[in-house]
Amino acid sequence: MNLSTRIGSLTLKNPLIAASGCFGYGTEYAELVDLSSLGGVAVKGLFLSEREGHPPPRIFETPAGMLNAIGLQGIGVHRFIDEKMPELRARGAVVIVNICGTTLQEYVELARILSDVEGVAALELNISCPNIKEGGITFGCSLHGTADVVSAVRAATRLPVIPKLTPNVTDISSIAKAAEDAGADAVSLVNTFLAMAIDVETRRPRLSNIVGGLSGPAIRPIAVRMVYECRQKIRIPIIGMGGIANASDALEFIIAGASAVQVGTANFADPLIWPKLLDGISSYSERHQVQNISDLIGTIDTSAREKEWISS
Amino acid sequence: MPLDVVAEVLSNTHLASDYNVLALAAPGIAEQARPGQFVMVKAGDTIDPLLRRPFSVFEVLKDQGKIVGLSLLSKRIGPSTRRLFESKPGDLVRCLGPLGRPFAPVAAPDEGWLVAGGVGLAPFATLAETLRARDVTVKLYYGARRAAELFYVDAFERLGVELVLTTEDGSLGERGRVTLPLERDLHARSGVGNVMIYACGPEAMLASVAKLAAASGTACQVSVERVMGCGVGGCYSCVIPIKTPDGGWHHVRSCLSGPVFRSDEIKW
Repeated sequence: MNLSTRIGSLTLKNPLIAASGCFGYGTEYAELVDLSSLGGVAVKGLFLSEREGHPPPRIFETPAGMLNAIGLQGIGVHRFIDEKMPELRARGAVVIVNICGTTLQEYVELARILSDVEGVAALELNISCPNIKEGGITFGCSLHGTADVVSAVRAATRLPVIPKLTPNVTDISSIAKAAEDAGADAVSLVNTFLAMAIDVETRRPRLSNIVGGLSGPAIRPIAVRMVYECRQKIRIPIIGMGGIANASDALEFIIAGASAVQVGTANFADPLIWPKLLDGISSYSERHQVQNISDLIGTIDTSAREKEWISS
Repeated sequence: MPLDVVAEVLSNTHLASDYNVLALAAPGIAEQARPGQFVMVKAGDTIDPLLRRPFSVFEVLKDQGKIVGLSLLSKRIGPSTRRLFESKPGDLVRCLGPLGRPFAPVAAPDEGWLVAGGVGLAPFATLAETLRARDVTVKLYYGARRAAELFYVDAFERLGVELVLTTEDGSLGERGRVTLPLERDLHARSGVGNVMIYACGPEAMLASVAKLAAASGTACQVSVERVMGCGVGGCYSCVIPIKTPDGGWHHVRSCLSGPVFRSDEIKW
């Protein structure tokens, strides 16, 4: 059975990608997980320079989910290349670098710098982090902003360009279409949902940043719907994510139209989740006589529903 | 190397209204664990609660000299710890560890002064054992709200640990905070060796202990507890500000760089 899947010019050995912001720089997990067994590793979002992020508390658990406002703490692109890439290369990880900028020029510069780095397989554009004021989501919330970032980065690199979309918009599929028209090779969706929680005893917000992004199984049905909607509107591959915690969840995204999936929050609860997901996908494929996982993409069967509509 | 096991609950001892000691059949983790290291734990395989919670390894359990598991000292404060409180023998608990940097044990003639607040006692059972095995003089300053919340005192006594107990209501030992006798003893100290303070408890207590240590020129290691999402460096939630040589600070993850820090490293 063939689990490989294509994201533009990139072929992944399987559809499982560690989600950016949930897997450190990958090296943190190298003792626990065979990084080369993953389809890809999307590393924590990088700016040009180092950032300290928000003060704690940075996460808060909610029903079947969690809020986070980390604030993109990070070591910056140069230290990443010097300190993390050698180990990622040595361990055979397919590295997808998530990049963040406050200006168009910063995205372009990051893309240029990373294009020359051996072992970088693709760029994921963070235009969707809900937790920082400047940049990022200000691009991803508008059609023009999305198109501007994607076309500027497209012109600066030959690497696959994958904008990561925010669900905090009225119509995510129109943003996906703007990304496609601007030259994106794929889109990944969804980032977290802007949310908040309050301690009623103290009347204080649970997070130092007051608001944060909601992730985990709580958001999965909304994320699946968004992947399904985008699949109707664009032709480029979709990398689906949002609350995947087992193989069936991952398959749901693939059937809705995702060519690959990212797993984030569930990896916090179970860092050894990856072989379990792969086994689950394999046994499903055997059970359903699916030869190639790519044959399953977007195979949702809505025919019964359509017939009902016609007859009623 | 950390292991992830689905461990059977061997026993669950309720100590007081909200406190319990949960014994888990996780010998592979227990064998590797050093004093101050922690495990990430969740009862059952639920998505609600979703995340694991960090716990210091409280005891390494032995049966006829053979390591059979480890125990956790837990306080019921939310849904996750409630499930641990209600666990029954035979229930399954996911347990990942050992994780983090342990305490650096001193050697005689240096003395080890352990300062525990509430469930901050947890890492000190194994540390006291390690230090006593090296013939180090060990004192335990142990504070809680009331007498019923001071646990395992006799176990420390059996190890030959000198006990200094405090309660906020005065029901056992000295009334008030645990830092009061510590401060007095640091002033009056006249031993041959140096003292290493080891502290674990609420952050305000750790900050006070760090201040006393600095004022008296005493070395001090603290085990911090921050909100932790993963325990292995992936989520960046458990950060703590550490001083930099240029007079500034930066955030480090307490799961990887800690949970044990030198108290003078931390920007309190």
